[in-house]
Amino acid sequence: MAKTLYDKLWDSHVVEQREDGTALIYIDRHLIHEVTSPQAFEGLRLAGRKPWRLDANLSMPDHNVSTDTAERAQGMDGIVDPTSRLQVKTLDDNVRAFNIPGYAMDDPRQGIVHVVGPEQGATLPGMTVVCGDSHTSTHGAFAALAHGIGTSEVEHALATQCLVQKKMKNMLVRVEGELGPGVTAKDLVLAVIGEIGTAGGTGCAIEFAGSSITSLSMEGRMTVCNMAIEAGARSGLIAVDEKTIEYFKGRPMAPGEEHWQQAVTAWRELVSDDGAHFDRVVEIDGSAIKPQVSWGNSPEMVLPVDALVPDPALEQDETRREAIERALEYMGLTAGQAITDIQLDRVFIGSCTNSRIEDIRAAANVVRGNKVAPTVKQAMVVAGSGLVKAQAEQEGLDQVFTAAGFEWREPGCSMCLAMNADKLGEGEHCASTSNRNFEGRQGFGGRTHLVSPEMAAAAAIHGHFVNVQDVIQER
Amino acid sequence: MQKFIQHTGIAVPLDRANVDTDLIIPKQFLKSIKRSGFGVNLFDSLRYLDEGYIGQDCSKRKLNTEFVLNQPRYQGASILLARQNFGCGSSREHAPWALLDYGFRAVIAPSFADIFYNNSFKNGFLPIVLDSAEVDALFEFVHNNEGAQLNIDLQEQTVAAERAGLSYRFDIDDFRKSCLLNGLDEIGLSLQSADAIRRFEEKQRAASPWLYR
Repeated sequence: MAKTLYDKLWDSHVVEQREDGTALIYIDRHLIHEVTSPQAFEGLRLAGRKPWRLDANLSMPDHNVSTDTAERAQGMDGIVDPTSRLQVKTLDDNVRAFNIPGYAMDDPRQGIVHVVGPEQGATLPGMTVVCGDSHTSTHGAFAALAHGIGTSEVEHALATQCLVQKKMKNMLVRVEGELGPGVTAKDLVLAVIGEIGTAGGTGCAIEFAGSSITSLSMEGRMTVCNMAIEAGARSGLIAVDEKTIEYFKGRPMAPGEEHWQQAVTAWRELVSDDGAHFDRVVEIDGSAIKPQVSWGNSPEMVLPVDALVPDPALEQDETRREAIERALEYMGLTAGQAITDIQLDRVFIGSCTNSRIEDIRAAANVVRGNKVAPTVKQAMVVAGSGLVKAQAEQEGLDQVFTAAGFEWREPGCSMCLAMNADKLGEGEHCASTSNRNFEGRQGFGGRTHLVSPEMAAAAAIHGHFVNVQDVIQER
Repeated sequence: MQKFIQHTGIAVPLDRANVDTDLIIPKQFLKSIKRSGFGVNLFDSLRYLDEGYIGQDCSKRKLNTEFVLNQPRYQGASILLARQNFGCGSSREHAPWALLDYGFRAVIAPSFADIFYNNSFKNGFLPIVLDSAEVDALFEFVHNNEGAQLNIDLQEQTVAAERAGLSYRFDIDDFRKSCLLNGLDEIGLSLQSADAIRRFEEKQRAASPWLYR
């Protein structure tokens, strides 16, 4: 029978199928960070259990680390907030006590788990990948079955190398057509979420397919799968093609020469068969997508940059109308206001959604030779990993940003969720390349607008949103 | 894990769709390395007027009296009534931990985000899906009957508002139901399959040796 990519990944990891409809699923890779793991390690200790298989785990601190270069140079002491410091130290202590492999805060390979995993080849096609973080869906870009888990499942994965799961439904999002100039993977996925809603993929693994998807780089595909969770799907998936295979050549944890051909042969099977059944199919015209900006407090509250902020009076559905009204109040926006009239206080380029080398290059191309608008209090670039940062510096991109007035920071999750010192003040508007615009996400009372790196860079220069397509055309 | 068999309590209506886990428990409280103590900061940005920080004495903070959890009639509530896509966003299990620590044992909504739904069961906290019309009826019942209680019976899979003669049946996986009814340790259960896990590993190692280092 014809199988979807998800069916294949599921079938190849069933350890035991149970009569009650659940299955014990084997986990090939478990990524660990400091926020969702302390209680899991404590659980192991209390039960007298040991990790099942050490080499399947990879740990690193990312949420709480300081991105300030001077603070970072002081190591653990440089983390000013004692609760953040304790959490990072607890991870250090736990991985040492249990012998878990990983990168400490001062390791040049440290970074955001979802950037570092693929970068090191710790994520590979055909794997099951879990992490106590909802953006684990990122790794599906490599045809890995990847999803976020809570702390109880972190403990379960550590103790058994398995999870008890029920199979999800198959959903296909097919995006066809050439993306316009200045339109990125971020705009594509925001447009998809705007179309299907934040619960559009609930209960499903979403496979993204079509020419708009296959034309993306691996970095772009990671951005798309990263935000599958914002459409309600725990997992996003993209089939293996030549780009996928090429990506892993020479990665430290990728198969070496002795297994390379065998691995590639297996990886080429990781595509949905012709005629495979999807429970739901959504078709989107990629060529019609414009640069996107979120205006409200849910990722589905997103519009093309040339649109106007919606008027709740025009919304028929009561729940939605109330949500729009609440969002306009929280965001300090008025119905009918042009998106391009939204003035920005801060700009954040970073997060597991958009902090890879390609994102930084794209933003630098917009920034080069310009200055951050004087009305913008802070514009920062936070590379996703130490290696991304080093690569960007080798290309002189740090100079492009600092010359324009951007801050060039050390790798970490940073202002995406503001667990460290990087946060918005009350009422401040931020053009952010991150993934969530929930109330308070980037700081108490902070107002987040989700955009692509190019759009964030252009907004930093102009002090308000502009259509990056116009900026590109002027060149 | 604490068992869940039956529960009777006051329900508090949270009339808002897409309640995300950042709203349930804001990120500054995730810095705790414990499983308990999150209750005072549940819905922190809605409950209090100021910005909360970890380890603070919340008894001295100014309450947002408009927020439903702060209304006198809902004090001591142990069942949360909510709208669609409850628990969307991050995978933080701190969300069900905070709800439990506050005193909630169950949440009823027309739909839940997958990760939140799954996390809840690991903690003896029951998320119940009813259809929208049923949830509407419960909202109305709670609104019109101060101090009225709902009864949840997991064995029978029902939610009832006896005073109004309402009783609704809900679906739940057999595995999850049995874990909750018996307070089972899921890890212990999975480890009973240790031999099957080892056999899987042997087979996989032979077929895909690059996955093992």
